[in-house]
Amino acid sequence: MKKSILLLGIAACAWGQVSFDRILNAAREPQNWLTYSGAFASQRHSSLSQITSANVRNLEQQWVFQARSLEKFEATPLVVDGILYTVQPPNDIVALDAATGRIFWIYNYSPSTEARPCCGRVNRGLAILGDTLFMGTIDAHLIAVDAKTGRPIWNREVAKAASGYALTHAPLIVKDKVIVGTAGGEFGIRGFIAAFDTKTGKEVWRFHNIPEPGEPGHETWKNDGWMHGGGSVWVTGSYDPDTNLTFWGIGNPGPDWNGDPRPGDNLYTDSVVALDGDTGKLKWYYQFSPHDEFDYDSVQIPVLADMPWKGRPRKVMLWANRNGLMYVLDRTSGEFLQGKPFVEVNWMNGFDEKGRPMRVAGKVPSREGTLISPGNQGGTNWYSPSYSARTGLFYIPTWGDYQSIYTKNDVEYEEGRNYGGGRPRSNVNLARAPLNLRKDGEGFGAIRAMDPVTGERKWEFRMADVTDAGILTTDSDLLFSGGREGFFYALDARDGNLLWKAALGGPIQSGPITYAVNGRQYVAVNAGSALFVYALRQ
Amino acid sequence: MHGNKLLLICLAAGAAFAQHTFTSGDIEDGAVLYRGTCLGCHGPDGNLVPGIDLAHGKFKRATNDDQVIAIIRNGVPGTAMPPSNVTEFQASTILAYLHSIGNTGAGPAGAGDPARGKAIFEGKGGCMSCHRVRGQGSRSGPDLSDIGAFRRAPELEKSIVDPDAEILPQNRSVRVVMKDGAAYSGRLMNEDTFNVMILDSKDQLRALPRSEMKEFTFIDKSPMPSYQGRLTAQEIADLVSYLGTLKGVAVN
Repeated sequence: MKKSILLLGIAACAWGQVSFDRILNAAREPQNWLTYSGAFASQRHSSLSQITSANVRNLEQQWVFQARSLEKFEATPLVVDGILYTVQPPNDIVALDAATGRIFWIYNYSPSTEARPCCGRVNRGLAILGDTLFMGTIDAHLIAVDAKTGRPIWNREVAKAASGYALTHAPLIVKDKVIVGTAGGEFGIRGFIAAFDTKTGKEVWRFHNIPEPGEPGHETWKNDGWMHGGGSVWVTGSYDPDTNLTFWGIGNPGPDWNGDPRPGDNLYTDSVVALDGDTGKLKWYYQFSPHDEFDYDSVQIPVLADMPWKGRPRKVMLWANRNGLMYVLDRTSGEFLQGKPFVEVNWMNGFDEKGRPMRVAGKVPSREGTLISPGNQGGTNWYSPSYSARTGLFYIPTWGDYQSIYTKNDVEYEEGRNYGGGRPRSNVNLARAPLNLRKDGEGFGAIRAMDPVTGERKWEFRMADVTDAGILTTDSDLLFSGGREGFFYALDARDGNLLWKAALGGPIQSGPITYAVNGRQYVAVNAGSALFVYALRQ
Repeated sequence: MHGNKLLLICLAAGAAFAQHTFTSGDIEDGAVLYRGTCLGCHGPDGNLVPGIDLAHGKFKRATNDDQVIAIIRNGVPGTAMPPSNVTEFQASTILAYLHSIGNTGAGPAGAGDPARGKAIFEGKGGCMSCHRVRGQGSRSGPDLSDIGAFRRAPELEKSIVDPDAEILPQNRSVRVVMKDGAAYSGRLMNEDTFNVMILDSKDQLRALPRSEMKEFTFIDKSPMPSYQGRLTAQEIADLVSYLGTLKGVAVN
């Protein structure tokens, strides 16, 4: 690996250049964190193993970065050769020394006041290629910034903020392109995924998440529902170099809770799409929740794994969906292999032979209200899961015993306004704190370790409050995660035993990462408005 | 330049300030306030808002300096001109700065051709071996992507013919020698009690611990040569004209 970095350095005459080849082979340089989920397979798993179950109790805080913002801090940092890059909400890029936490530079961006994100002015992180960082902004711009100096290079308006479009996820690099998808599913947008030339910012291809007349899939939209069909994107996709396919999860149809204006399956909402990395052409899709009325965005991380499946090796995709089911798909063809609930599910009761869910009669939003499991925030949501090939387990940030009562009402589209058509009421008070209003049967947070082959739960780590935290696993069979209570945990990935915890005093609303500088392993996680970094006591 | 030499700039009219003489320090303070508060809308030459040329006494509403000072402080309700929290004296230094730039003329830019200037910047002038514009060129000198948005033509010309005359604090270079003999030079990005953060000459961001440092010095001289004599007057005018077009990264 050192040799290849040296060669790269000579070729590019600059230190710290992140070639596409380096991102492809990110697993070979576990001291860095080069893309949102750590590598293109999005397992959020690291081969670093200096921190073990035997010494994890010696973790000690090394430094803290206090964001100059009290908004939700959801960014996953990137780490490149000792420099850590993160995004202070809403859209300031910060470059820090990864060992000391001292700041090199801050790029300040003031989003347009027309930006109207549904759920906070959040940003989930950056992409890097060469020595250029890429950030999507809350007012739907894509911006290229020099990773050495923080100076902007280009600024592309991807979509109209005033119509409800936003960019909240970390972009994905595929070869010489940077790919983003648009958020705004609560505003009757028509979502899309688009690739831009990393040098110029010029749009290279665009995939319509909601097909227009003449495009395949358009027939799944009756009336004019497609025009404001939603289909947003707000977490980063994955990439499989063997097939040159990039996989993206697509969000709910609009309006969210009243499907009457949009009869049909409403492709490609609540689906995963497999797009050619060069052209954006659809290779296959699988729709998790046809004609959704429960806000079951399929905006989760597509986790790619190669594993034995019923006696033969198979290239699969693992997907823990907001709709409460854990899926295994063949990622080369999109073939449905298996779907099993990982939480209580009452809206469906099985699959037909093609993998289409069979609906339970009467389980739809109604004027008087209908109780549905899982509830509106889902069995899981955008929080990154993790897969460890060592344990063979798929780890899911979970909301258990969680339901909503869905009521529907009439709705008409108005540009830039909320386009919901109903109201879910949930048994989890989303603003709750302290927990003294708790009722019987109220939802809880958990980390659930699932066997993806059998669909069985191997263990569970249960929290009193719910969780918005992602999960990191390592080759030393450690699992790092947290929750809304503000605890940061290290668990034994094999059995879920709690090995270490720190009280960080603010909700953990991002996925932890690990990296190394000068041979020392660090673990980093956001809590509240700050980024906390740990390493073993020296 | 930093002395307290009295200048002959007096405000032209208005009872309160007619007799006031401003030091070069006052005018420099006014420049800093102008760049921080006013330049974003009015531009480096004070003429970016249609119908207004601050440096040449062309206003929409004010007819004397007192009125300009009042507008600086109170804004103009119902327009994009907001109130500010500067004192009356600070407002008068802004005005003094505006008078000072009004006296320097437009410089050679009017005679320059930006397209030829761009060719000189990227070719004969060799500017990109140190400077960067929108991601192209070297990082060893200041990034010039938006230089035209906050530097005036006479200032640009001065920097080209006399680069040592003014080096902005954020563009200072440092040289560091560590106790183990390793030496680094580069741009100072940040510093604290324990570390010095630089972008070194090999484009590497480095946090250097002071405890392991033997030497830390600012490099006073600009590494940039004077272009007086290296370029013709016309070429310098072309270059200045091109730099004046660099107003940052446009949204596209």
